[in-house]
Amino acid sequence: MTTTSDNSTLRAQGLTKVYGTGDAAVHALRGVDLALSSGELVVLLGPSGCGKSTLLNILGGLDTATAGEAWFRDHELTAMEHAQLTRYRRDHVGFVFQFYNLMPSLTALENVALVTEIAKAPMATEEALRLVGLGERLHHFPAQLSGGEQQRVAIARAIAKRPELLLCDEPTGALDSKTGLLVLEAIERIHAELGTTTVLITHNAIIAEMTDRVLVMGDGVITEERRNARRRPARELYW
Amino acid sequence: MQALNRKMLRDVWHIRAQVLALALVIASGVAVLVMSLSTIDALGETARAYYERYRFAHVFARVERAPELLRERVERLPGVQAVATRVIETASLEIEGFDEPVIGQLVSLPARRNTGLNRLALRLGRLPEPGAVDEVVLSEPFADAHGLGLRDRLRAIINGRWRELIVVGIALSPEYVYTIGPGTLIPDNQRFGIAWMGSAPLEAAFDLEGAFNDISVGLMHGASPETVIEALDDMLEPYGGHGAYARADQQSHWFLMNEINQLRTMSLILPVTFLAVAAFLTNVLLGRMLTVERAEIGLMKAFGYQDSAIGWHYLKFAMVIAAVGILLGWLAGYAFGKSSTEVYANFFRFPFLLYQPGPRVFLIAALASLAAALLGAVASVRKAVRLPPAEAMRPPAPPLFRRTGVAITRWLDQPTRILLRQVSRWPGRSFVTSLGIGMAVAVLVSSLHWLDAVDQLADVYFEQAQRQDLTVSFGSAQDLAVEGSLARLPGVISTEPMRSVATRMRHGALEERQMLMGVPARQALLRVHDAQMGPLELPPGGLVMSTQLADMLQARIGDIVQVEVLEGRRPTLRLPVVSLFETYIGAPAYMEIGALNQALGDGGALTSVHLRIDPLAQDELYAALRETPLISAVMSRSAALRGFHDTLADTILIFISFFVVFACALAVGVTYNAARIALAERGWELATLEVLGYSHAEISYLLLGEIALLTLLALPLGCAAGYLLALVWHGAFVTELFRVPFAILARTYGLSIMITLAATLLAALLVRRRLDHLDLVAVLKTRE
Repeated sequence: MTTTSDNSTLRAQGLTKVYGTGDAAVHALRGVDLALSSGELVVLLGPSGCGKSTLLNILGGLDTATAGEAWFRDHELTAMEHAQLTRYRRDHVGFVFQFYNLMPSLTALENVALVTEIAKAPMATEEALRLVGLGERLHHFPAQLSGGEQQRVAIARAIAKRPELLLCDEPTGALDSKTGLLVLEAIERIHAELGTTTVLITHNAIIAEMTDRVLVMGDGVITEERRNARRRPARELYW
Repeated sequence: MQALNRKMLRDVWHIRAQVLALALVIASGVAVLVMSLSTIDALGETARAYYERYRFAHVFARVERAPELLRERVERLPGVQAVATRVIETASLEIEGFDEPVIGQLVSLPARRNTGLNRLALRLGRLPEPGAVDEVVLSEPFADAHGLGLRDRLRAIINGRWRELIVVGIALSPEYVYTIGPGTLIPDNQRFGIAWMGSAPLEAAFDLEGAFNDISVGLMHGASPETVIEALDDMLEPYGGHGAYARADQQSHWFLMNEINQLRTMSLILPVTFLAVAAFLTNVLLGRMLTVERAEIGLMKAFGYQDSAIGWHYLKFAMVIAAVGILLGWLAGYAFGKSSTEVYANFFRFPFLLYQPGPRVFLIAALASLAAALLGAVASVRKAVRLPPAEAMRPPAPPLFRRTGVAITRWLDQPTRILLRQVSRWPGRSFVTSLGIGMAVAVLVSSLHWLDAVDQLADVYFEQAQRQDLTVSFGSAQDLAVEGSLARLPGVISTEPMRSVATRMRHGALEERQMLMGVPARQALLRVHDAQMGPLELPPGGLVMSTQLADMLQARIGDIVQVEVLEGRRPTLRLPVVSLFETYIGAPAYMEIGALNQALGDGGALTSVHLRIDPLAQDELYAALRETPLISAVMSRSAALRGFHDTLADTILIFISFFVVFACALAVGVTYNAARIALAERGWELATLEVLGYSHAEISYLLLGEIALLTLLALPLGCAAGYLLALVWHGAFVTELFRVPFAILARTYGLSIMITLAATLLAALLVRRRLDHLDLVAVLKTRE
C-alpha cells in the first residue's frame, strides 16, 4: 500500500498492537504499514476506535507495539527502552491533544517555556506563541483562556522545540467549528513555515481536504490511501 | 450487603496503601494510649495484689528502743488490725570478689514464721530456722547483683563483731519494691541490700532483747492513718520515736507512685498528639476522596439518596480506617505495654506481674481514636453533602492560580513554578502536611530531649554539686572527733562533716517530713548548689531551703518555719528561711552545721563524713572502713552516677525508642499520604510532562519536590513545636523527687531531623516507584 522512500522521516511495517490476552484480547492494530516523507502533512482519517490514536501513540513513542517495526529515520522505535523513548519525544516529537493538556498552574508563556527549557535548540517562547496567533494574553492561565486559545498554546508548546515530527490527535475535537478552523490554520501555518512532518488525526472527513495525502483507517489497518488533487487552505473549510 | 457498603469496601481496598498509612498514625496514638494505660494498670494492679497478698503495712515508725510490751498497747488502738515490731539495723558486708564496702540492712523476722505484716515472697530456699543465728535470707536484686545463691556464705560486721552468714533463701518484700540505701535515690544493688534474719540473733547483737526499733501497723479497712500516726507518735515519744508516717510516705511505695503518676502524664499528652494528626489526615484524605467522588455524590443524590445516607456512607469510610488503626494499635499497644511493664519490673521488683489489661483500656483507646477520625471526617463530608446534585455532577471549577508578584520567580524553571503555585494555591492543605511531618519532628525532639535533660541533671547533681568520692554514714549521731579519725585512714585526702536529722517542718497549715542537713558554711565536697548560681555559702543561722521544699511549704525568704526534730531530745525549733536555692533532685533543706548543733543542744555531732580519696589507696581504705564500727552506709559517688545511668537513663532510653518508632510511623504515614494524594491529583500533569519528554527524574522532582519543600518547612516548625511539647511535658513531669532540667541540645534537634528525613525519604521512595506505572495514553484521553 505504501512504499518506503529514502527521505522518509517515519515508517512502520506490520505494526500490531494487542491489548489484553486470550479471550479478552483486543486487536487495536493488525499490521499497519506506513511511510511519511520529510515535510509531509498527512491526515489519518477514521471512525473512533479504528486504532488511529494507538498508531499515533506508537509513532510518538508513547506506547509500544506488540509486533512489527517502527522507524524514525534510522532509529528503530520498537526496539527502544523507556529512557530512549523519553529522549526521542523530548528531542524530536511535538504533540497536540484533543484536551490540550496544559498545566493549569502555568501561564501560556510558561506552558511553552516548559518545553523550551528542556529542548536542544528551541525557538523563543514568544515567537512560538506569535506563530499560533497568540501575541497577547501571554500571561494568562489556561483557565482564563478560551478552548481555541488553549489549543493554540498547546500547538505553540508542541512546535517551540522545532520538532521534526508534529503529531496532532483530534486537535479540534473539543472545539466548535469556528474555533477549530483557527487551530487548523495555525497548524497549516506552522507546517508551511517550519516544514515539520505533520500527522493529523481526525474523524472529520472535511479536515482531510487540507492535506496532500489522506490515510483512511478502519479496524486496525489502513484501508485506503488518497491523494488530494488540490489542497484546500484551512480557512476555506467549513463543517 | 447494600450496594453502598460494597462500594465503600472497594474504595477502601482501592486506596489501601493510603488507608494503611493513615491507620498507622491512628495506631500510634492507640498504641501509646494502650501502652501507658495498661502499664499503669499493670503496675497499680500488681502492687495492689502484692501488698494485699503479702500484707504490706499502712503505718510505719522508727524508734530508738521501745519495749515489746508497747506492742499490745498499739494493737489496742482503734482502727489497728495488726502490728509488727522488728529490729532493723545496718551491717557492713564482705562479699568475695567485691572489694568495695557493701552495706546490708538487716531486718528481723518474726518468731512465728512469715505471718503477720510485710511477709516475704520467697523466691528460693526457705526462711531461717527458729534459733539459727547465722542463717539469712537475701533480697533478690542484691543476690542477683553479686551472683549469690543458696548455701553461699558472706561475712558481716554486726555491731562491731564479725559473723559468717549462710544464705538459706532469696526473697522479695512489698516493703522493698524499690530498694535504695539511706541518702540515695537510685538503686545500687551491688552496694546496698536487704538481709532478713531471725529476731533472736539481731536482738542479741544490738542489745535489743525484749525490745524493738521499728514498728509497722496494718489498719482495718476504712481506718484513717492520721489518727493512728498521732496516737503512735505519742506512744513512741518517750522511747525516741522518729515520727510515724503513712504508706504514702514509705520510701519504696512513694517511688512507685511517683512513677505511675509520670506514666499518667504520658498517657495523656502523647496520644493526643497522634490523634490530632490522625484527625487532620482523615480530613485531608477524605476531602481528597470526596473531590474525586463528586460526580458519584451528585449521581447518588440524583437517584434520591438522602444527604444523611450519603454522609453516613463516607463517615463509615472514616470509621473503617479508624478500625484498622485501632486494631493495629491494640496489638502494638498490648505488646509494648507488656514489654514496658517488664522494663519497670527490672526497676521495681515484684514477685509476679499482673499484665492483664482490661477492656476499659482498649475501649478508651478505641473511642478516643474513633472520635478523632470522625472529627477529621465531619468537615469534609458536610461540605460534600451540601452540594446541590446538579453542581456536584459538574467537575469542580478550575482552581485559580495567581502569578506571584515576586521577581524571584523569573529565575525559576517551570516545574519549580508549578510546585510553588500548587503549594500556595492550597496553603491550608500544605500547612497540614507540613504540620504532620513537623509533629513527627516534635515528638522526636520532645522524646529525645529527655536524654539531654538527664545528662544535664547528672552533670549538675553528680559532678558540679558533689566533689566527694565517698560518703560514710553512721546509724546514729557521732562525736565530731569521728571526722578526724576518718581523716587519718589510709588514702583519705580531705574530709567534710555533715549532720542530718529527721524533722517535720511546718509552715502555717502545711507540713513536710524532711531531713535537715547541717554542713559547713563553705563546703568543699558536698556543695549546696543552686542549679543556676552554682555553690552557695551558708549564712551563720537560719534555713537554706530548696525552692521545691519552699513551694511545698509555701514558705518565702524571711518566713519562720517550725522545725520539729524527730530524734534525740526532740526539740522544736523556729527557724527563719534565709535563702533559697534550686535543685533538681529531692527537696532538701540545709543549715550551717555549727548553728544546727547549737540549736539541737547536744554538744556537736555528725552523721556522715564526706571523703576525697586517693584512688591508689582505695583498697586499703575499703578494708579499713569495713572494720570501722557503726557505719550504716558507704556511698561512692561514681557508683551512684553509674547506677543512675544504668537504671534511670536506660529506662528512659527504652521508652524513647518506643517513641522513635511512633514518630517514624507518623512521618511515614503523613508523607506517604501526602505524596499519594499528590500523585492521584497530579497524575494527569505528570503524565503530560512525561509525554512532553520529561524524564522520570524530572517528573519525580515535581511530585516529590513539593513533599521536600513541605518537609523543609516542617523542620523548623517541628523543632519549635518540639520545644513547646517538651516544655509541656516538662511542666507535667515535675514531681517531688525530680525536676529534670529543661535542656535541648543542638544534636537532639539534628537527630530528630535526620530520623524524620529518613522516614520521609522512605515514604517518598515508595510513592516514587509508582511513577513507573503512569498510564500516559489514558491520561491524554481525559480532560483534567
